[in-house]
Amino acid sequence: MISDFFSLAIKNLKHRGIRSWLTLLGIFIGVTAVVSLISLGNGLQLAVASQLGISANELVTVQAGGLSGFGPPGSNVVDPLTQDDADAIERLSSVENAVRRNINSGKIEFNDVIQFRYVGSLPENKADRDLIYTQLDTEILSGRLIKGGDSGKVLLGYNFYNKPEEWDGKSASIGKSISVNDKNFEIIGILDKQGSIIMDNVVVMNEGDMKDLFGFGDEAGIIVVEPKDKEKIHKTKQDIEKLMRQRRGVDEGEEDFEVSTPEATLSTVNDILTGVQIFIAIVALISVFIGAIGIVNTMTTSVLERRKEIGIMKSVGAKNGHIFLQFFIESSLLGLIGGIIGAIFGTIIGLSGTIALNNFMGTELPLNVDFVLIFFSLLGSFLIGGIAGIVPAMKAAKQNPVEALKG
Amino acid sequence: MRKEDEKKVVIELKGVCKYYRMGENIVRAVDGASLKIKEGDFVAIMGPSGSGKSTMMNLIGSLDVPTKGKIFLDREDISTFSESDLAQLRGKKIGFIFQSFNLINNLTAKENVMIPMIFQDHDLDDRNFRANKLMQLVQLTDRMHHSPGELSGGQQQRVAIARSLANSPEVILADEPTGNLDTKTGATVMDFLEDLNKKGKTIIMVTHDPDLAKDHADVVYWLKDGKIEKVTKKKNGWSKEQNKKLSNPKENK
Repeated sequence: MISDFFSLAIKNLKHRGIRSWLTLLGIFIGVTAVVSLISLGNGLQLAVASQLGISANELVTVQAGGLSGFGPPGSNVVDPLTQDDADAIERLSSVENAVRRNINSGKIEFNDVIQFRYVGSLPENKADRDLIYTQLDTEILSGRLIKGGDSGKVLLGYNFYNKPEEWDGKSASIGKSISVNDKNFEIIGILDKQGSIIMDNVVVMNEGDMKDLFGFGDEAGIIVVEPKDKEKIHKTKQDIEKLMRQRRGVDEGEEDFEVSTPEATLSTVNDILTGVQIFIAIVALISVFIGAIGIVNTMTTSVLERRKEIGIMKSVGAKNGHIFLQFFIESSLLGLIGGIIGAIFGTIIGLSGTIALNNFMGTELPLNVDFVLIFFSLLGSFLIGGIAGIVPAMKAAKQNPVEALKG
Repeated sequence: MRKEDEKKVVIELKGVCKYYRMGENIVRAVDGASLKIKEGDFVAIMGPSGSGKSTMMNLIGSLDVPTKGKIFLDREDISTFSESDLAQLRGKKIGFIFQSFNLINNLTAKENVMIPMIFQDHDLDDRNFRANKLMQLVQLTDRMHHSPGELSGGQQQRVAIARSLANSPEVILADEPTGNLDTKTGATVMDFLEDLNKKGKTIIMVTHDPDLAKDHADVVYWLKDGKIEKVTKKKNGWSKEQNKKLSNPKENK
């Protein structure tokens, strides 16, 4: 019985004009947004986290705040951090070790191709250097890591090896020469893939070489701090903040520096992503709502246009319930069709977004199609179509057969 | 043949009135009509436009309920029926044939014939079987998968006849069945109706064409201003020529 009304509804839908299909745009956009967003959401979170170099290490980083948000961390700041700051931090009771690092943008020349890349420093002291290696999560792909006293030698990020197309088709390899700010260096190691656009393109050298090239003297880009007790990383963070406020003469709430822990950064990232998700969810809700109104509209028009058909149906024995069911099912199917198109587009967008992230940002997110998500968005659009169809279907059912037959 | 008074009364109207409010005025579309239609009768309701014959037809077909009076269908008083009960009843006991065919354009000819059976809960096999037989009866087996738009007027009216028979009703209500057809095609349609009447169906035809009424109906109710003005009965049987035509109805396009 019900199946008869489904097949009737499908036959009627086949004869619908483009106007009816356009009203599905709302449902379509809503479902597309929801499906693509949710499929991308988790991937996006991972990707952003790895881009920001957030790893599981439990270190605190200190950065001076500046007017400019561009360039390497610690550059272009009004009041840069110094070696003295690092020393002062290291003297705090809750701090095990504090190491300054400098990151600058350098002119890299390799295979006669010139590109600009971040150049990062490594401390000469072994303990300090190990701390930085921990912070950066470095794994060597070939060659070796830089040691103390290695002068004129560099470590290169994964893309120097993996993306030869950026360097005239030739990959970097151990022993070759590469020029940084017009000075030649020997490549002694290539880092394994990290999935971060910064780390995969980085050039790392000893602090001494870095000072010679960029002349930053005692200024520090960032200070990496190892807490004495990793369980009390927040205490360490608070101590550093207090100290830095004193040293820089600023009040609480007016800090011109930033002390961050991995979780804090991760939660900032999550906050931003959640914000984006809420925004898109609102957009999706609004478009689904508009879509529902569109369906109400097209179904109401349809009831008026098909009065005669309703009259015929009633004259051959259709009860009000039959007429209601026919229009209700038709409306539900209309919603479902919007949902199907939306789910297809959403899945395509989700998958291509993931592929794009993997390609351009070097992440390795899995290509998943979430069938549970698709099922529920289809169910949702079917229900929305049905709900939108209730009033028009009731209107159709209540038509007086004599009047309806007049058309 | 059974005697006239032994035949069952299928439809009876007792002092039926149908009034409409048109602004300030009350229109008395049907004003105190009483009649009895017996099983197997071919009845015509005649009258000029505005005489109330369409309203009468709607009342007999249980599409409408009277303002006053009683309507009995198979001895049941349907003037008190609910909308749903009326729908169920008319689906089962009355087959409609309209002047403008009133087929559903989105469906094929055969699907149109199957529609009334859906509302009587026939299963699909049953519906298919019956629809095929009915399409055969109206000699449209070769056109049954066409949409109404692809059929001629005469063919569409034959599909409508097949549809009216879908639930084997006792009564066929035909509202100006030849009104939209040329004379020749109209004659074929009338042949089908007469054939059905011969097979025992009660046929009630509404028309404004006195010749059509006199040629085909056994009883003619003449309507004027919502009242039955006179009733005429046909005394003679069918002519030889008509009998021949009936037994072999041919397609006329």
